[in-house]
Amino acid sequence: MELIGIIIVAIFVNNVVFSQFLGICPFLGVSKKVDTAIGMSFAVMFVLTIASIVTFIVQKGILEQFGLEYLQTITFILVIASLVQMVEIVLKKISPSLYQALGVFLPLITTNCVILGVAILVIQKDFNLLESVIYAVATGIGYAMALIIFSSIREQLSLTKVPKTMQGIPIALITAGVIAMAFMGFSGIDQVFK
Amino acid sequence: MNKNLNVLINGIIRENPLLVLLLGMCPALATTSSAINGMSMGLATMFVLICSNTVISLLKNMIPDMVRIPAFIVIIAAFVTIIEMLMNAFVPALADSLGLFIPLIVVNCTVLGRAESFASRNSVLSSVFDGVGMGFGFTIALTLLGALRELMGTGKIFSLNIYPEQFGSLIFVLAPGAFIVLGYLIAIFNKFQNKASTN
Amino acid sequence: MAKLKSTFINMFLSLSIICLTVAFSLAQVNKMTLKPIAEAKALKLQTAIGEVVPEFDNDPVAESYMIASEGGDSLLVYPATKDGEVVGFAISSSSSGFSGEIQIMIGFDMDDKIVNYEILQHAETPGLGSKMGEWFKDMESNSKSIIGRDMSLGTLAVTNDGGSVDAITASTITSRAFLNAVNKAYIAYSGSKLDSYSGATTDDDTENN
Repeated sequence: MELIGIIIVAIFVNNVVFSQFLGICPFLGVSKKVDTAIGMSFAVMFVLTIASIVTFIVQKGILEQFGLEYLQTITFILVIASLVQMVEIVLKKISPSLYQALGVFLPLITTNCVILGVAILVIQKDFNLLESVIYAVATGIGYAMALIIFSSIREQLSLTKVPKTMQGIPIALITAGVIAMAFMGFSGIDQVFK
Repeated sequence: MNKNLNVLINGIIRENPLLVLLLGMCPALATTSSAINGMSMGLATMFVLICSNTVISLLKNMIPDMVRIPAFIVIIAAFVTIIEMLMNAFVPALADSLGLFIPLIVVNCTVLGRAESFASRNSVLSSVFDGVGMGFGFTIALTLLGALRELMGTGKIFSLNIYPEQFGSLIFVLAPGAFIVLGYLIAIFNKFQNKASTN
Repeated sequence: MAKLKSTFINMFLSLSIICLTVAFSLAQVNKMTLKPIAEAKALKLQTAIGEVVPEFDNDPVAESYMIASEGGDSLLVYPATKDGEVVGFAISSSSSGFSGEIQIMIGFDMDDKIVNYEILQHAETPGLGSKMGEWFKDMESNSKSIIGRDMSLGTLAVTNDGGSVDAITASTITSRAFLNAVNKAYIAYSGSKLDSYSGATTDDDTENN
């Protein structure tokens, strides 16, 4: 039951974009069309899941064993950077078509604050490995949802008349703000699962 | 010296990292629920920017091209860890309110971006000026954003009462308000820039 | 000076040197800041305890111990003594609020009455749930304030649930969670009071998390 609570919170109540403000840069950059949004979401979900497992193991198995917790930021970002690099190489070999489809998004994931953010968060929240993985997957789903909703709206928005100064990023941000307001309505749902 | 002064002003206005280059939005939205939080976040980022720009410019000829990104990341992460430890030790309440976003400075595209596009190709002195300029521009943007949100949301700026709290719109201090205020701020800054460039 | 060529040995060397220097510098800074960080934490705790119990002259943190509360939780109790006699207990309690855990420090005197409380940590909505820091000590309202209430008369509940405490407007969930934490603390307090009278306190120097 607690696990379901974690999932609901990660996707709706504390949505990674509209509530925790993680992953905004690619969120605004990639969301102009729905298919690129979907591609990015999958890439993020994939890296997010693997990265959270690996960083978890590094934290518990190495950093905490040797009292090196202050090296957390450095080791985590290096792990993430190498992971993204490896995923790129593996994907190129195994599925060149998928690799082509994801294109330039893959290396950009390293600087996506969602990955590093979630990696640090699960340690702070003191989750065990299972809870961390579920949280990471759920966050990925929440991110995908946010991205897809947002890009669908932006596609519609591009067909309307927007004042010149508001075009592009400003109107996108205000749209995101309105969606964030909608998401606030989910607050408290997780109380049911307590 | 003129060139360096240009570099400085560039970072504050023409290429303001947040309002023009649109980098570093995650911390901008998350840490600006009050003016003081926004300012602290900006200053912490500026510290990292100046230090990493300096070191990377110093070492630019000693880092082989193929490993430059990992090398930059390690150097930047080092300074982020240092500021994190210093803040936890000497301003713990502030460190608590900035929370997760202090270590997230390491993935702030501004820092890595400037390292790659400026510090690794320019003199140390210019890189320092660039760090100061970009950092200052970021801090001003963040402080402005935080002040606006705090004022409209709670009637205070830097915890000084400007008008009674009950007339404030709480939404501005919450998540949606962040998006909306930043959107308008960028739009206004764009207008201001466009006007200035057509003069 | 031209840039170093990207030969394997150059790449390996430059990365290793950078990593080693970084690791060394960070270890040094870590050593320097370890003490101030621990001191800042301790100060925060001491201040919180000082706010919630009557005057004391001992070191409550050093004499702290854990007592079982409801639901299998154990809470940290900080006894406050003056001239060797126990004058009150500061207890750190927590409960699940609207958006995360609420941690409070609450002080009781020896007559089961609440002396004061401090919110240590919370993630509640600013302007709404976050008001709990002042709402429940509003001295101008008997129905809001829990200061001085006698817990032996029963647990605290919001008026919506048939209790006698006014919930924060539009923040019933936060208010309920807050009172829940207070009630949990009281159970630990009762246990401590019993122990202190029978002299059976355990002096575990447990670290506060």
